[in-house]
Amino acid sequence: MYLHDRLSKANGSMISVRCRLFAQYAEIVGRDELTVKLPPEATVGDAVCKLREQAPHGELLPERPLVALNQVHALPDQPLQDGDELALLPPVAGG
Amino acid sequence: MNWPCCRRSPGAEVSRLVRGPIDIAELTQAVSDSHLGGTTLFVGSVRRGPDDGPVIAIEYSAYDEMAEAEFDRILAEATLRWPAARVKVRHRLGRIPVGEASIAVIAASPHRADAFAACRYVIEEMKQRVPIWKKEILQDGAERWRADHTAGYGS
Repeated sequence: MYLHDRLSKANGSMISVRCRLFAQYAEIVGRDELTVKLPPEATVGDAVCKLREQAPHGELLPERPLVALNQVHALPDQPLQDGDELALLPPVAGG
Repeated sequence: MNWPCCRRSPGAEVSRLVRGPIDIAELTQAVSDSHLGGTTLFVGSVRRGPDDGPVIAIEYSAYDEMAEAEFDRILAEATLRWPAARVKVRHRLGRIPVGEASIAVIAASPHRADAFAACRYVIEEMKQRVPIWKKEILQDGAERWRADHTAGYGS
């Protein structure tokens, strides 16, 4: 773990997660990006919760959406780090 | 610290996402080789079925960086399973009129079995995993998001 991370945890300072929204979700919220601040031990699920509270019309987003963490499909119990990119993905429909 | 912008592998090819008509001839040329005796091409095009109403086009959008990364992963998996196969994919984004191609997957291999298998693998996996979405454009200008009804292979 980098020294910066150890100091952050020791100070109890918040971590910043860049949340990205796409397709229907971006339309619901009226934005395609928000930053949420969370405690250092936060998980993907915590970030989704915070986003739903913070974003305009966030309550219309699903409680357990498909998510990607740093561009890889992820699960709610995965831990977050400062500077992570979390994306909420509507059911994919490519091809 | 994570660096999402650097997640593509060093050998990654040019973008799989295009914003104009897909060039099938270019793809065919790209996988062509004298020792590759079997080539399978899948083309998916914008469909207007009898129950779809007055759809004139579909607007495709993507989480571009992750779509490229997920295509990288899927093609790497195909290479592991069918090492002799050469596989390419192109997905078109933006507004695509009914009847025009939205995706092309081409696989060339010494023998046809691997060409069919690798091609099918890529299209089926991408439909489950790649972050791309589609919005129908109707004749009167209205728009509605279209969900995919793919519940597994073979839809």
